Amino acid sequence: MKPFTYERARSPAEAAAAAAGRPGAKFIAGGTNLLDLMKLQIEAPTHLIDVNGLELDKIEATPEDGLRIGAVVRNTDLAADPRMRRDYALLSRALLAGASGQLRNKATTAGNLLQRTRCPYFYDPNQPCNKRQPGSGCSAIGGFSRPHAVVGVSDACIATHPSDMTVAMRALDATVETVKADGATRRIPIAEFHRLPGDTPQRETVLETGELITAVTLPPPVGGKHLYYKVRDRASYAFALISVGAIVQPDGSGRVALGGVAHKPWRVEAADAELPRGAEAVTARLLADARPTDQNAFKLPLVRRTLAAALAEARN
Amino acid sequence: MQKSRDLDVSRRDLMVGGAAAAAVTAAPSVARAQAAAGVPSLKVAFTVNGRARELELDTRTTLLDALREGLHFPGTKKGCDHGQCGACTVIVDGRRINSCLTLAVMHQGGSITTVEGLGTPQDLHPMQAAFVKHDGYQCGYCTPGQICSAVAVLGEIEAGIPSHVSADLTAQPQATAAEFRERMSGNICRCGAYSNIVDAITEVAGRKA
Repeated sequence: MKPFTYERARSPAEAAAAAAGRPGAKFIAGGTNLLDLMKLQIEAPTHLIDVNGLELDKIEATPEDGLRIGAVVRNTDLAADPRMRRDYALLSRALLAGASGQLRNKATTAGNLLQRTRCPYFYDPNQPCNKRQPGSGCSAIGGFSRPHAVVGVSDACIATHPSDMTVAMRALDATVETVKADGATRRIPIAEFHRLPGDTPQRETVLETGELITAVTLPPPVGGKHLYYKVRDRASYAFALISVGAIVQPDGSGRVALGGVAHKPWRVEAADAELPRGAEAVTARLLADARPTDQNAFKLPLVRRTLAAALAEARN
Repeated sequence: MQKSRDLDVSRRDLMVGGAAAAAVTAAPSVARAQAAAGVPSLKVAFTVNGRARELELDTRTTLLDALREGLHFPGTKKGCDHGQCGACTVIVDGRRINSCLTLAVMHQGGSITTVEGLGTPQDLHPMQAAFVKHDGYQCGYCTPGQICSAVAVLGEIEAGIPSHVSADLTAQPQATAAEFRERMSGNICRCGAYSNIVDAITEVAGRKA
């Protein structure tokens, strides 16, 4: 790791101001992704602002009968919260399908949103990668691309967002709450939070410099059956090849979001409307603009079949 | 029997000796890191295995390195150093975590339990005794992490924390082999002692019930 100074922030606004005023500063909460990348010098902050002590660790009811999840609520605590297990089971299921027990005990809600891709070329400083070193090229295009994105890709990057949690949050219409360096707060719908790679794959979210996530809010429970199907190369502790998060109502309507297929959790609202017509119709809409490689074209039928399995379970 | 006990003792002596040698060679590098001009360092105080400790550390020092190199608790192992293998698992404030993926300075006031704090060779923790009884290891390198993780897993099940294989999210999770396998997936054993590890955990879970 490169040397860095370290401070414990005293308030969210103070943390945001400190980060904005200091080039090379980064927030640290769980640290499970950031420290991993710092050891490889893929991330090399010169200053770390620890946001663990800011009382952002609570899950509270909102006036609208939804829930506000503090930014540093641990993945374990979020998955185990009785309200999540009862009313937002999709979120609990997605969290429990990710990482290991040790990592979930440390990893946070905001950190999970900001997880960086697990593209092997992003992790290998000896290979070109537009996300790690803008303008250097994409090694995955024409290289090993089996785990990569099939939709929303660009000529600069075909990396995926690795999170399971965000797939559930996308289906649940979550909102990301932030505070900026000047103390102003804003609410960002999850659909607008992550960016597609375009020609700036190094910019993964719409957050501004120094802007700190303080919470994620969930709207009131929508009922229905909550299903999270994750397909991976081993039964536990592996990133998704593809994942399907679905909420299905008794009348067959509902919502679907996908993981492992794009640079962000993937949902197409027009595809939700196809749910009563079955998995094939939904998948056709979800992946209408897919541009897979030879190595990852298998993800298209895999999404269709996995969604079909989820819908069959929902009917039972 | 006598012969195998002798072997056990000599193997333990060998491992203790090896760890001591590692600590001696590592100490100067820690000191050098602190002495280097412009490298930020910070004081941190936490409890390790019930004893208050204070260290001045290069801010980059992971909890794992602080435990092994700074405080000479070599039980906790460095495997991948990237949170993938679980050899560095310790229990911090009641929770198992990968000590390689957290900074020591982030644990001011924390309470850390390593494998050395669970039991001693004379007074083994039930999980340590069960690993010995069921041969839950071969080379032994992943074992301290496996044991810390296993102890915490039983606590997580007792606390009602569900897992990926819990059929009913709202029900109390059960202490089954399927649950242990899923919950222990963050601890890799290159020797493949998994089935014996599950046997050891199953025995301790049964005893607790």
